[in-house]
Amino acid sequence: MTVDGIHEYLTRSAARTPDAIAIDELDGRTLTYGELDRLTDRLADALRHAGVVRGDRVGFCLPKSADAIAAIYGILKAGAAYVPVDPSAPASRSAIILRDCTVRALLVDQAHLDALTAELESTGPLPEIFLLPTVGGGAGLREAIDARGPAPETPPPAERVTPEDIAYILYTSGSTGRPKGVTLTHENGISFTDWCSEIFAPTGADRFSLFPPLQFDMSTSDLFLSIKHGARIVPIDDRTGKDPFTLGKVIEEHGLTMWFSVPSVLSLMAQHGRLERYDLSSLRFVLFAGEVFPVTHLRRLRDLLPAVRMFNLYGPTETNVCTFYEIPDHVPEERTEPYPIGRACSHARSRVIGPDGAEVEPGAEGELCIDGAGVMSGYWNLAERTAEVFLEADGQDWYRTGDVVREEEGELVFLGRRDRMVKRRGYRIELGELEAALYRHPSFSELAVLAASDDAGTRILAVYGTENGEPISLVELKAFAAEALPLYMVPDRFVHVETLPRTSTGKTDYQRLKELV
Amino acid sequence: MNNVMEKIREFVLGEFLPGENPATLTPTTPLISGGIIDSIDAVKLIVFLENEFGIEVEAFDADLDNLDTIEALDRFVSAKRQAGENG
Repeated sequence: MTVDGIHEYLTRSAARTPDAIAIDELDGRTLTYGELDRLTDRLADALRHAGVVRGDRVGFCLPKSADAIAAIYGILKAGAAYVPVDPSAPASRSAIILRDCTVRALLVDQAHLDALTAELESTGPLPEIFLLPTVGGGAGLREAIDARGPAPETPPPAERVTPEDIAYILYTSGSTGRPKGVTLTHENGISFTDWCSEIFAPTGADRFSLFPPLQFDMSTSDLFLSIKHGARIVPIDDRTGKDPFTLGKVIEEHGLTMWFSVPSVLSLMAQHGRLERYDLSSLRFVLFAGEVFPVTHLRRLRDLLPAVRMFNLYGPTETNVCTFYEIPDHVPEERTEPYPIGRACSHARSRVIGPDGAEVEPGAEGELCIDGAGVMSGYWNLAERTAEVFLEADGQDWYRTGDVVREEEGELVFLGRRDRMVKRRGYRIELGELEAALYRHPSFSELAVLAASDDAGTRILAVYGTENGEPISLVELKAFAAEALPLYMVPDRFVHVETLPRTSTGKTDYQRLKELV
Repeated sequence: MNNVMEKIREFVLGEFLPGENPATLTPTTPLISGGIIDSIDAVKLIVFLENEFGIEVEAFDADLDNLDTIEALDRFVSAKRQAGENG
């Protein structure tokens, strides 16, 4: 490995090219490598001064910005692990996450402070709060550090992290109704970054869009690969990211060379982005992951960007990217099936197993298992759940992805899921978590959530019965769901039924329900 | 409600709230923050506005402030139409 701690990429690049721009925000505010390195050193000192020690967790609830990126590097420099929470999610959900991994400190902006601290206060003492009065350009973070008081003459000494230390905990939807924390080490992140270097060979001239939300594992390549190579990060804020009409212009104006996002965004850009109006010749790579890319939209994107190299990357948060497939220059008209997820990256190994846990014959259907330096150490505080998802074989622990695949001509093809997890806009959603949250509505007597996918993406359907047998207003139901859940989890449709179909043992009969609606 | 608002309401009801009692969707019902439409639905809505009212939505127009209620959408459409006539 090239470094022991993933934040050392920053220290090294800053020593090499202190005046190069590291972060270029859409509104024109920038931070150089030298500035980013000093700001993150200051944050690390302030965190240590506030009691943060190696191995602690530090949370943040910040919009995507130079400040948030600096928060990540500062937390890592302090020897702690960063825990991002989704600023657009309900504060109640964020508080559950921050309590679950007992963060020692929390960086939060003014907009989220009150709701989040109120939720946290109801369940125990508050962590050390670093309040950012504004966000953007790193100025808010500087103020937050200043407000903590002058740095001591001799800050507590920095302890060196080792590759086995936890670098970040990313929470994903949990089937029991509570999000679960995927615990990833420095080694996990470094091995993935090194693999990216091998395949994409970036240079200091590259400009990375930071498109994915920071609580999403896809963000780590933009965060660490760019800095490792002294390149520039252009954070795409959430508002701009939801606007496909603007993204072509952003690529042109900022000369973006690397783009990594979920396919649903690229589909929208291909359909409605008017990409032909913009000069997109700076783009070298378009990478996508997180869900299946419908071929009709991929073909259109391929035609619009003929010179760009495109890759389908695959990997759950637990492994980060572990297989890859390069999309050919031309997507044939007659092709309807999605492209394969490909073969294992150099830092990973794949194995396809049958229901008995034994490897299947090549070409047979089975569950994909992954081993290698990118695989998580486990779920935070969930030893039993962790044990369930690992399979021991050949003296190694293999992560069972839950994804059903088949090998065709040496490439893995994704066929579906073993369980009730779905992907929507690249976000993982456990239908069980959705049911648990929606069940809090006082009028529901019974409820089941279903998902269906087509070229337009995954649609979520909630089927419910009520005590009084009357349907509830959709506007009311959607508003209720939007308050209880992140917006990407709000069902597309609610369907009222008198009673849900049941199996002989009294469980919801999802098969019959699917046929019914 | 004026003609533009009625047309938008009809589209939102038909597309995103099938079967809903029309009276529950008022000019001030929050569409995005109320979970009725998500970012991808918003694109459908914009494409509808463009086709129905002969306007063109530019980069950076598709802001939450312009899209969150039928009232705001109505204001947005009239501003766009006016700009189109003046231009």
